[in-house]
Amino acid sequence: MNRLLLSIQNIGKSYRAYRSESRRFASWFGLPVKPSEEHWVLRHMSFEVHSGEAVGIVGQNGAGKSTLLKMIVGTLKPTEGKVQINGRIAAILELGMGFNPELTGRKNAIYALGLMGFNAEEVHKIIPKVEEFSEIGKYFDEPVRTYSSGMQMRVAFSVATAYRPEILIVDEALSVGDTYFQHKSFSRIREFQEQGTTLLIVSHDRSAIQSLCNRAILLENGTVIKDGNPEEVFDFYNAIIAEKENSTVEVKKLDNNKVQTSSGTGEAKVEEIALYNVKNEVVEVVGVGESVELRVKVKVHQSVESLVFGYGIKDRLGQVMYGTNTWHTEQVINQPKSDSEYIFKIAFPINLGVGSYSIQTALVDRDTHLTNNYEWVDLALVFNVINIDKVQFAGCLWNEPSISIEEISL
Amino acid sequence: MFRDLYLYKSFIFQSVRNELISRFSRSKLGGLWVIINPLSQVLIYALILSHILAAKLPGIESQYAYAIYLMAGLLGWTLFNEIVGRCLNIFIEHGNLIKKMSFPRVTLPAIAVGSCLANNLFLFISMLGIFALLGHPFNMAMLWLIPLTLVVVVFSLGIGLILGVMNVFLRDIGQVTPIILQMLFWFTPIVYPITIIPEAYRHWLNLNPMYPIVDAYQQILVYGNSPQWGSVLIILAAGIILSIVGLFMFRRSSAEMVDAL
Repeated sequence: MNRLLLSIQNIGKSYRAYRSESRRFASWFGLPVKPSEEHWVLRHMSFEVHSGEAVGIVGQNGAGKSTLLKMIVGTLKPTEGKVQINGRIAAILELGMGFNPELTGRKNAIYALGLMGFNAEEVHKIIPKVEEFSEIGKYFDEPVRTYSSGMQMRVAFSVATAYRPEILIVDEALSVGDTYFQHKSFSRIREFQEQGTTLLIVSHDRSAIQSLCNRAILLENGTVIKDGNPEEVFDFYNAIIAEKENSTVEVKKLDNNKVQTSSGTGEAKVEEIALYNVKNEVVEVVGVGESVELRVKVKVHQSVESLVFGYGIKDRLGQVMYGTNTWHTEQVINQPKSDSEYIFKIAFPINLGVGSYSIQTALVDRDTHLTNNYEWVDLALVFNVINIDKVQFAGCLWNEPSISIEEISL
Repeated sequence: MFRDLYLYKSFIFQSVRNELISRFSRSKLGGLWVIINPLSQVLIYALILSHILAAKLPGIESQYAYAIYLMAGLLGWTLFNEIVGRCLNIFIEHGNLIKKMSFPRVTLPAIAVGSCLANNLFLFISMLGIFALLGHPFNMAMLWLIPLTLVVVVFSLGIGLILGVMNVFLRDIGQVTPIILQMLFWFTPIVYPITIIPEAYRHWLNLNPMYPIVDAYQQILVYGNSPQWGSVLIILAAGIILSIVGLFMFRRSSAEMVDAL
């Protein structure tokens, strides 16, 4: 089951500029011509992906995500190093590339399958599946120029996933199309995953990656800077987005094997954080529906213009359940003095499902952490929710119903 | 590379068909346009030049001799011109596809050659029809056109590939090539017979690689002779060398090509 599917060995990609194009031509014939400029967009990157893994690839624009994908797909050749692929690869990038508007959906599907390397016989077998999955009815035999963009995307997706590949590359493109088809395509992707297809997903959408992937790779300036479970990688990613000059990113291993990421410029810091129950006791385990109070002591180390405290409750996978800040509640502290201390008391009921949750805190100057980030701590506090006195339920939200049943006598 | 071509043979075949279909799918006359274009050219030259040149065409006495001569030369020239022209821009034209999809790129020139050959076949068939109308029926010598066409394909593919690869990096090539082709057209005895060139300058024609080819077409179609294989074989040899160089450049450049598209 754990077959090595993709192995990336120290690859690098450089763009070369020559003083003149004739020098470039000469270099093909083996003449010793040095390029005048060599610009590396990606270098010293290595990782391996095994079957059944689902890997999210994240990074800021220009980090090298698309370059990496293109080298995996094979459109781009690495300048150094090697990309080894064991198995068939399919990419849902740029859906509908190369569709000819004058030809029918069927002809275009045949063409695209040919482009993917299927021979006539296989194409013949796949086409009915494509037609069925795309659900566009008689339009399948109409020219593509009469299609809506959603229909085009349906055909394109159906073609790209007509066969279960060993590796499936999914780009942001997936967010197009109507909701019905989105669900349909998502369930097909999950189905592939269950059958052992490895997923490579590029997205900025944290929840999409955290719900589909069991591993994430963070790219920055053309190298892998973090490779681990999605929650940890995303926390780190958020931290570097906020990273400014003289700001630090700190990664601390907690005793429960989780990794705490904190970052910021340090003008204000969380000194203490704890969760209290109604009896004013510090708790780590709370019952569903219980009222609790989160108390956070903040110390200002250097006077700043304004101070906003924000927090978020995240589930085990790192998806934010709820989060807000004192900017939104209009409780901004203006010009706090150096060495002053504040205690924020946030009371709320635990309307959460059973499970483990964490709290992230943020000390910033406005409504986001992107302008001035004094301190950002992920996994500042971890607590567990158990069901003590409520009826058994599933899900991450406690939404107590009252159910009444009437029997209708015939 | 050749294995890829074999594996993708049905794809190439489909693409050639798709290209023909899509080009004419919304025009009333459809595929006829493949033929109308060169034939209208024949008509123009025939109308303007036949009176001036007809007298100087030796060897045949049909009053339509000039028109036949013209068509013969054009059949060869269009094939050459079309393949070079298509290959010249083929990588740039499909730049997006090359950047986004992984497939053997060698199929692109193969598709171009395929559709040029199909066009040429249609043109030849319609020319045969016109020849018949003009009282110049089919003869067995015309079978020589099959190997001759192959020579033209190899030769023009070699040139087209080299120019096409270079054009990706140096776009001036795409601009200058049509001009050179136009000049070459007029330096080749296609619309005029070789006899109007003064004897003293005629040997310069030997430097024109298209002269033996066009001459061979004219020998076959106008006079029903077998062509002068000696000079045609030289072109074939040159074509093979050019194709090898072209394929070599294509291979070496393929990594950088995507960057430049």
